[in-house]
Amino acid sequence: MTRYIGRRFIELAIVFIGVTFIIYAMVFTLPGDPIAALGGDRPLPENVQAQLRAEYHLDEPVWLQYLRYIGGLFTGDLGTTFDGRPVGDRMAARWPITITLALTAFAIEVVVGVILGLVSGLRNGGILDRTLLIGTILATSVPVFVLGVSAQLVFGLQLGWFPIAGAGAGWPTAYLLPATVIALFGLASVTRLMRGSVVDTLRSDFVRTLTAKGMPRRNVVGVHVMRNSVTPVLTFLAIDLGYLLGGTVVIEAIFNLPGIGALLFDAIRTHEGPTVVGVATALILIFLMTSVVVDLINSLLDPRIRHE
Amino acid sequence: MTTPVLTVRNLAIDFLVGGDRVPAVHAVDFDLHAGEVLAIVGESGSGKSVTSLAVLGLLPGNARASGEILVDGQNVLGASEKVLSGIRGRKVSMIFQDPSNALDPVFTVGYQILEMLKRHRPQLTAAQRRERAVELLRMVELRDPEDRLDYYPHQLSGGQAQRVMIAMALACDPEVLIADEPTTALDVTVQREILDVLRRLQQRTAAAILLITHDMGVVADLADRVVVMRRGRVEETAPVQRIFGCPEAEYTKALLAAVPRLGAAHRASTAVPHERPVLEIADLVVEYRNRRGRAMRAVDGVSMDIRAGEMIALVGESGSGKSTIGKSALGLAPLTEGHIVIDGVDLATASRSQARALKKRIGVVFQNPTAALDPRRTIGQSIGEPIRVHERLRGGALSARVDRLLEAVELPASWAGRYPHELSGGQRQRIAIARAVSLEPMLLIADEPTSALDVSVQATVLELLRTIQGNLRFACLFISHDLAVVDELCDRVVVLHRGKIVEQGDRHTVLTAPEHPYTQRLLAAAPVPDPVEQARRRNESVAAL
Repeated sequence: MTRYIGRRFIELAIVFIGVTFIIYAMVFTLPGDPIAALGGDRPLPENVQAQLRAEYHLDEPVWLQYLRYIGGLFTGDLGTTFDGRPVGDRMAARWPITITLALTAFAIEVVVGVILGLVSGLRNGGILDRTLLIGTILATSVPVFVLGVSAQLVFGLQLGWFPIAGAGAGWPTAYLLPATVIALFGLASVTRLMRGSVVDTLRSDFVRTLTAKGMPRRNVVGVHVMRNSVTPVLTFLAIDLGYLLGGTVVIEAIFNLPGIGALLFDAIRTHEGPTVVGVATALILIFLMTSVVVDLINSLLDPRIRHE
Repeated sequence: MTTPVLTVRNLAIDFLVGGDRVPAVHAVDFDLHAGEVLAIVGESGSGKSVTSLAVLGLLPGNARASGEILVDGQNVLGASEKVLSGIRGRKVSMIFQDPSNALDPVFTVGYQILEMLKRHRPQLTAAQRRERAVELLRMVELRDPEDRLDYYPHQLSGGQAQRVMIAMALACDPEVLIADEPTTALDVTVQREILDVLRRLQQRTAAAILLITHDMGVVADLADRVVVMRRGRVEETAPVQRIFGCPEAEYTKALLAAVPRLGAAHRASTAVPHERPVLEIADLVVEYRNRRGRAMRAVDGVSMDIRAGEMIALVGESGSGKSTIGKSALGLAPLTEGHIVIDGVDLATASRSQARALKKRIGVVFQNPTAALDPRRTIGQSIGEPIRVHERLRGGALSARVDRLLEAVELPASWAGRYPHELSGGQRQRIAIARAVSLEPMLLIADEPTSALDVSVQATVLELLRTIQGNLRFACLFISHDLAVVDELCDRVVVLHRGKIVEQGDRHTVLTAPEHPYTQRLLAAAPVPDPVEQARRRNESVAAL
């Protein structure tokens, strides 16, 4: 087991370095000169630009800049924006909102998706199964912004249950509506995946053995089928959580939540390299950590992974 | 006689398939008495498994059953889940064909035995349950029963997993044990052990056993009485000696005649001894590396050769390396050491174009014809593909060749437009053979080509293989675990054990006067389809202990 965890972390380190370098290199080789852009319509004097470039090490080769950056990461320094603020501080203000939003959405997606998938799988081919299939596909097909705006209109304006914008009302009131919209989008995948997994498991020989042993249906489904079906779903959910954290831009904009998605969007628009890389790096780190955690959970659930 | 523990009367089962009722079982009657072993024998589609599933109410949702299945005077058919759960595992329990899939992979063996005891024997304390579980594992002669409780199913071999299944089935002292092909997925020496365990347990516990099998050897070994089924109907019910001694039903006779037997064949070798060998294998070593980089030797220093017109059997149990040798000859396994020379060309040093030219002249037939044929291509396309690729024939010339090949495997040429799913297993294997010989190969590698087929189908496919070989005179490497089949078909036999050749030589010598103890063990383990002879052999092996 320790060996397994060790191997996972080494893999994680390799992926981390590879991916951050690619992002770093891409952001800083993008066309457009952020220093020149700082001055807006009135270009800064040549010597000021040169000084700024030296200050931000932009005159050095990309790989050296990258090494400096990684070195900084280990001392907790995420770099400085071109207007002189630490990237760490800018992100710190934004993360709680995005994390709250994403985790709320994630929780809704997991609980609802797994339950719907289980019910669907047990009623394979029945009316309920088909209704759920159509329902979840519909929910996925409607663009997020349409869902978001409609939800604001119905639940925010007409029914007045939730605020339509801002994080001021706190959790859960301010987050429930946007989180549900995000969750609805991912729900179809989780439900379908869980459903397929349940159907496969129900067909397997050991379920027949359990029935032949005289185990009650409740036990067969609740203990054996659940634990066997949930592994592939978890793997998908790990990827999905990363997506949720980085992909809430549209929802944050619609519901006017000052989260990390809004920050990332602004940073890309203004060629704010250090911020883009900082946010991306943090996202990658979260993404990788989640996948390790999920792998560990999977290996606890399935001894075959543990003993591989 | 006492009242039967299980009575089946006028049982009929049909399945709803695409709106139609397809009958599976019709008018089946039999009784099972305490302490008796009743075998239901039949080929695929005979309804034997469906009948056994019906006894425990395990039929799928689209099945409909009528008639009576009485367990302890209670009709199982149409019984509520509550009644059924009082019978399942308590009065009637069941073991299945594939033991490695019959256990839940994510729970320990102990958990799965204990949960059953908890369910049916709630009065026992946790310590008593554990004690009982250990006792059960000891009963099925599993070594270190205490430790085994903490094992997961994937840590057990097939034979060990089947022992656990038997232990679990016997946990609550059932009156009836249904064994559905309990040894079919196991190696012959493991099968021997499991059959012995079943026999000893049956004598000790006096449970009645309903044995479902297609294997006449297993029937002869274990059964007291036999029900022969065919296409959902009972052909004959009789004591085991009568079934083998003087069967009444024509079908039983045909079934027995189709079973390959050791020593039944009388043929002269067809090999031309002075020719250069078509396939020469010298000191072959094949190693696979696992994820930790540790090398696993699948084949260890094997040397053999095959000449034109000769059929060589490669026999051994799972893990013996027999299939790996076949793969090596096709260039599909890593050649760690040694040489494989085909028609004078060394595979290791052959150029790309040489290797390609060689591949054209090697045909392959695998065990499972369903998986070996592309389901989206017609059988004509499948057979014609090698000709199209290598000889670049098109149109009329190609279809003429395909027609000839279909006729060579005794199928109508008009079938070229059919798809594999429209064919039976035996017919599909004929297609696979036709494709393998389409380029008139000099070497044919047949990896367990008949193990997935029913005996009567197997007999005709083997006959076909022999005829085609007689016409085309290719060298044939026949990989098999079934010594009786090998005896009927092959000229020479190579016995493999853990990657090494333990014995090789003329078929007759190896199979009648084996020198190596492993070959002797293999021969002794395979049950013969003759209850008297089988009883004698069993007594001998008991005496030898």
